[in-house]
Amino acid sequence: MKKLLFLIFCIGMLIAAAPVKNGYEVGDTATDFKLKNVDGKMISLADYKNAKGFIVIFDCNTCPYSKAYNERIIELDRKYSAHGFPVISINANEGSGDSFNDMVRVAKKKAYKFPYLQDDTQAIAKAYGATNTPHVFVLAKDLKVAYIGAIDDNPRNADGVTKRYVQEAVDALIAGKTVPITKTKAIGCGIKWKRG
Amino acid sequence: MARLIFIIVCCVGWGSTLLFAQKAEQIKLKDLQEVINSPTEHIQVINFWATWCAPCVKEMPLFEKLNAENKNVDVTLVSMDYDLDPNPEKVHRFIARKKLLSKVVILAESDPNTWIDKIDKNWEGALPATLVVNTKTGKRKLVQQELHEGELEKLIEEVKN
Repeated sequence: MKKLLFLIFCIGMLIAAAPVKNGYEVGDTATDFKLKNVDGKMISLADYKNAKGFIVIFDCNTCPYSKAYNERIIELDRKYSAHGFPVISINANEGSGDSFNDMVRVAKKKAYKFPYLQDDTQAIAKAYGATNTPHVFVLAKDLKVAYIGAIDDNPRNADGVTKRYVQEAVDALIAGKTVPITKTKAIGCGIKWKRG
Repeated sequence: MARLIFIIVCCVGWGSTLLFAQKAEQIKLKDLQEVINSPTEHIQVINFWATWCAPCVKEMPLFEKLNAENKNVDVTLVSMDYDLDPNPEKVHRFIARKKLLSKVVILAESDPNTWIDKIDKNWEGALPATLVVNTKTGKRKLVQQELHEGELEKLIEEVKN
């Protein structure tokens, strides 16, 4: 009995001593959430009964990278929601230009067909480990993280893109193949965190 | 006449700001790596920013103050504008308008996915970001958000020993 207790204690210590991971790695299971959409309704991933996965994008109104990628994000949703991979856009930014009312205005102006959710506590952005806008997390079925990073390799010019990271990841998931590139990094606007 | 003189004085004043302001040199990744890795007596404070980045512009006076007051550190302001706009003019105008005295360089490299890890593997590419390095010991601190009064000094203390 004492031995067993000691073993449990050791396992507990190991868990406690494990480094705290910042956000998800590819292969982790992402958390679902319940966040307010620009239409006032609360949205969860579980609401999408027929989805085969998701293109979760941490985005905002104010970042020039977000603006540069805006049409490409709308296009991703147009192309992949029909295949069961809808875009779910989340704004976690604090500060002027990114209030809920500002989000409603942008979603209307750009005629978003996908949800644009406010992460007002920033808890979901932190859980996912989102740092930039736009920052993409492609989730497979059962919310398994299949890709983390940029939409493609050319923010400046959509016509100059040579690597379509998100499309390649989703195409692979649809075809039941291995995602070719699972992680990329890009320059982007840092998410504007609350202080404290 | 007085008005004309006033206009001339203004023009000369404005022109001289542009003329005498430093022009940011365009550098490559290996030049930046040299700043980060070559052993020197000074602590290297490297700030990654862009003209379009509001929190970067907000924290910039902290680096200007550090550059003016602490002779034992080297401040380098690395503009990341090239990724969205390769024309350096916007950066040059920004330097003139803000009268920046710290060393400003433009990192003229495409496809950041291939080199962000080579600057710091903990950096996700978010701006602003600040890297403080003790080049003699290799000790470094990376912060991926806007800094506030006193935080830079704390980072410098942390890498010193």
